Amino acid sequence: MTHVEREQWDVVVVGAGGAGLRAAIEARRAGARTAVICKSLFGKAHTVMAEGGIAASMANVHPQDDWKTHFRDTMRGGKFLNQWRMAELHAQEAPERVWELETWGALFDRTPDGRISQRNFGGHEYPRLAHVGDRTGLELLRTLQQKTVGLQQEDHRETGDHEGRLKVFQEFTVTRVLKDADGKVAGVFCYERETGRFLVLEAPAVVLATGGIGKSFKVTSNSWEYTGDGHALALLAGAPLVNMEFVQFHPTGMVWPPSVKGILVTESVRGDGGVLRNSDGRRFMFDYVPDVFKDKYAETEEEGDRWYEDPDHNRRPPELLPRDEVARAINSEVKAGRGSPHGGVFLDVSTRMPADAIRRRLPSMYHQFKELADVDITAEAMEVGPTCHYVMGGVAVDSETAATVGVPGLFAAGEVAGGMHGSNRLGGNSLSDLLVFGRRAGLHAARYAMSGAGGGAVTARVEAADVEAAAAEALAPFAGPDGHAPENPYTLHQELQQTMNDLVGIIRREGEMAEALDRIAALRARARRISVEGHRQFNPGWHLALDLRNMLLVGECVARAALERTESRGGHTREDYPGMDRAWRPVNLLCRTSDGGGIALERTLTKPIRSDLLALFEREELAKYLAEEELGSEEPGSEELGS
Amino acid sequence: MSTYDARFRIWRGDADGGELTDYTVEVHDGEVVLDVVHRLQATQTPDLAVRWNCKAGKCGSCSAEINGRPRLLCMTRMSVFARDEVITVTPMRAFPVVRDLVTDVSFNYAKALEIPAFVPPAELGPGEYRMRQEDVERSQEFRKCIECFLCQDTCHVVRDHEENKEAFAGPRFLMRIAELDMHPLDAAEAAGTDRRRTAQEEHGLGYCNITKCCTEVCPESIRITDNALIPLKERVVDRKYDPLVWLGNTIRRRKT
Repeated sequence: MTHVEREQWDVVVVGAGGAGLRAAIEARRAGARTAVICKSLFGKAHTVMAEGGIAASMANVHPQDDWKTHFRDTMRGGKFLNQWRMAELHAQEAPERVWELETWGALFDRTPDGRISQRNFGGHEYPRLAHVGDRTGLELLRTLQQKTVGLQQEDHRETGDHEGRLKVFQEFTVTRVLKDADGKVAGVFCYERETGRFLVLEAPAVVLATGGIGKSFKVTSNSWEYTGDGHALALLAGAPLVNMEFVQFHPTGMVWPPSVKGILVTESVRGDGGVLRNSDGRRFMFDYVPDVFKDKYAETEEEGDRWYEDPDHNRRPPELLPRDEVARAINSEVKAGRGSPHGGVFLDVSTRMPADAIRRRLPSMYHQFKELADVDITAEAMEVGPTCHYVMGGVAVDSETAATVGVPGLFAAGEVAGGMHGSNRLGGNSLSDLLVFGRRAGLHAARYAMSGAGGGAVTARVEAADVEAAAAEALAPFAGPDGHAPENPYTLHQELQQTMNDLVGIIRREGEMAEALDRIAALRARARRISVEGHRQFNPGWHLALDLRNMLLVGECVARAALERTESRGGHTREDYPGMDRAWRPVNLLCRTSDGGGIALERTLTKPIRSDLLALFEREELAKYLAEEELGSEEPGSEELGS
Repeated sequence: MSTYDARFRIWRGDADGGELTDYTVEVHDGEVVLDVVHRLQATQTPDLAVRWNCKAGKCGSCSAEINGRPRLLCMTRMSVFARDEVITVTPMRAFPVVRDLVTDVSFNYAKALEIPAFVPPAELGPGEYRMRQEDVERSQEFRKCIECFLCQDTCHVVRDHEENKEAFAGPRFLMRIAELDMHPLDAAEAAGTDRRRTAQEEHGLGYCNITKCCTEVCPESIRITDNALIPLKERVVDRKYDPLVWLGNTIRRRKT
C-alpha cells in the first residue's frame, strides 16, 4: 500500500495561468479555503505569452463601442457556433474585469486623456484591446500573481499564516480528479515534480484551468505545459468535451530558423499597420475576403490604408480578417508557389512605420526577431506562417457557472473550457475570456463547496482504492515493458506531433484523418510499454510519459470530431467539404471516453439563440449562417438594426 | 542547412553533490542552447533535469549559467560560440541545487511575499483611474521583468554571501519597490506604508553598491541600476537627511 499524504481544502484550482488565478482569487474572496496547483513555477504560465491585448468594449478610443458590438464581432468570428450566452456574458463583463485589474496595480498603456488605451485587432469592429506594448499577457498574469500575494499578506496580518486560506502548490502535476462513491468531486491526485512524492488534495470543488493542447502538434506557439491535461482529466472523470475539431492555427508564427518555428508573431503587427505580401510583392489578402465578410473589408489598398486614420469612412484592410481566414490564405499562397524562401509569406511593418515607432509599439517582436533570427523588423520583412495556437473546443460547461456536465463539483474556465469562441476565437478574446469565466468559475466553485448541510462544506470522501489506482498508474512507466521492447516517451511524443500536424492540421481530408486515428491507436498501445530511466526526482522523461496519456486522448478527440464534421467552419477546414453548411450550425459534437478506452462521439443540438440577441444582427447577415427554421418567421422589423 | 557536433559539459547531480559530465551532441542551424539540451534528453539522457516553458524569452524559466555567465538557455544562440569550443552549462550558483540544472528558487518567492502589495487609492473606483503615459512608463519598464532571477543570481551581495540573504531582497524585489513607489496612484503612503523607508530598513537597499551586474545580465534589458535602484537610493537619501526636500516631494507627488 502506497502511503500518500492528504490535505483538506474547499476549492482546488488546477492551473495558475490567468483563468486559474482569477478563479482562485474569487474563491478565496468568497470565503473558500483555496489551493492552486501548477506544473511550473508560480508566474510562468502560458498566459505570459499573450501579446496583443484584452478585448473589452470600454469605448475609451471609439465612443460607439459597446457590449453589443463586441458580442456581434465574437459571434461572427466564431461563425455563430458560439455558446451564445457565454459570448453575451463575456462581452458584458469584460470591461469590469479590465478595470478591476487596474485597482490591483496593472499599468496599461494610456490614451492622451489618461484612460486605458485600446488597439485594433482582427475581427473587432472598433479599437478594443487594452494592452501594454506587446506583452499584455505578462502584465495580466503578473497582476493576478501580485494580487494573490496581496491576499496572502492580508491573511498573514489576520491569522499569522500566509497560506492558510490561499496556497499555491508550484511544480505539482495533477493526474486524476477523484470522485466519491456518489460520483461527486472529492479531490485530486498529484505528484510533486521536484521530489516525485504523491499528494492528495481533498476538496468538494475542483476548477480546471489548465489551458490548451498545442503540444500535440509539431508546429505550435504553445509551451510544454499545453498537453491537454484538463481536457483529459475531465474526460477521465466523466465530463464530456465539446467542439474539439476546432483548433486555431494562428496565421503568423515564425518559420525560420527551424528551432523557433511556430513561435508567435503578434497580430498587433497587423493591427498597427503591418501588411502581408507574397513572393510577387502582392498584398494577397485582398484576394481572400469571403462572402460573409465582403461588405466589411476594404477592396483596395488605398481604402485599407486610409482606415487606420479614418475608420468611420473607410473599411478595414483584409489583413485584419479573423485568424482562420488569414491562416488559410497564407497556406494557399505557399501551396501555389508564392511563398517566402523558408515556406512562409512576408509580414512587413518596416515600410509602414518609422523605426522608433516599431521599437516602441512592438518591443518584444523587435527583440525576438533580432535575437533569434537575425532579422531587424524595422528594416526588413518578417517571414511568417501558420502555427497551432489555441483550441476552441474544450470541457462542456454551463454558461453562467462554468460547471461541467454530469460531474457535480467540477468546473472549468479559460482555454480548457469549450463553447465561448464557437469555431474560431478572435484575438484579444482569450484574455478577456479567462478573466470573465475564471471569476465565475471561482465564485460558483466556492458557492458549491460551501453549500453543504447547515451552510458548511459539501462532504465528499476520497475512496482509498482510487488513490491506490492513481498511484499505480503514475508509477507504471518505471515498471518496464513487461517482456516487450521498451518505448521512449520522447519518440512517441514526436510521432504524435508529426501525425497531428500532417494529418489533422490546418487543411483536413477524410482519408488522412482516418489514418491519424489508426496511428493514434497504435501509439496508445505503444505508450503502455513506455519505460523511463532514473528515479522520481525531477525526471522530465517520467513527466512526459504521464503527459502523453493526455495528449493521446486529446489528439483522438480532435481527429474523431474533425472526421465527423463534414463541413468547413472557422478552425476546421475540410478539403473534401469546403463550404460552410447551415445544417451543421446548431450541431455540437461531444466527446466522451468509451468502454474500450477510446473516444465516443455524441451529436447534440445547441439552444436556439435568444431573439433579442438575434435582433442585434440584420436578417440578411443571419441568413448566411442560420437555417431557415432557426431564423423564425418573425421579421425583426424594418428599422435599422445592428451595425 | 549545416550540422555539426558540439561538445558540452553539463553539471549533473543533486543536493548531495555532482559533477560536470561530457556530451557530444548534434547541432543544427539557428539553434539555441535549450534546443541542444532537449536533443540530449531525447537521445542520450532522458532524465536530464531542466526548467523551461515558452522557449521564446518570455517566461524566465530556463535560467542557468553558460560558461559561467547567467543566461536564459532559450535566448542563447549556438552561433555565438566557436564550433570547437566546449560549452559548459551549470545551474544558477546563488540558489541551492535540486537536480542537474534545476535550482531551488524559493528565496525569491519568500522575498516577493515581504513586499507590500499595490494600495489602490480609496477615492477612485474601477474605471476612474487617469494616468498619463509618461507617468506610467517608468514603472512599466520594471514590469517587463520576467522573473528569471538572473539578477538575483548574479548580484554579489548574495552570490557569495549566503548570510546576506535574510536581510537583502535582491535587485528584482528592490526594483519592485521602486516600481510601486513610482506608480502614479499607489496609495501606500496614505495607508501608512513608507516604501522608501522599508526599502532601506527592511529590504537591504543599502547593501547595493551599484556595480550594475544585475543590469548586465537582464534578458529584458531593464536598466535596473540606473532607473530603479539609484533613484530609489536618492529618494531614500532625500527623506533621511532633508525633511524639507521630503516635504516638498510629498506635496509635489500629490495625486491629481
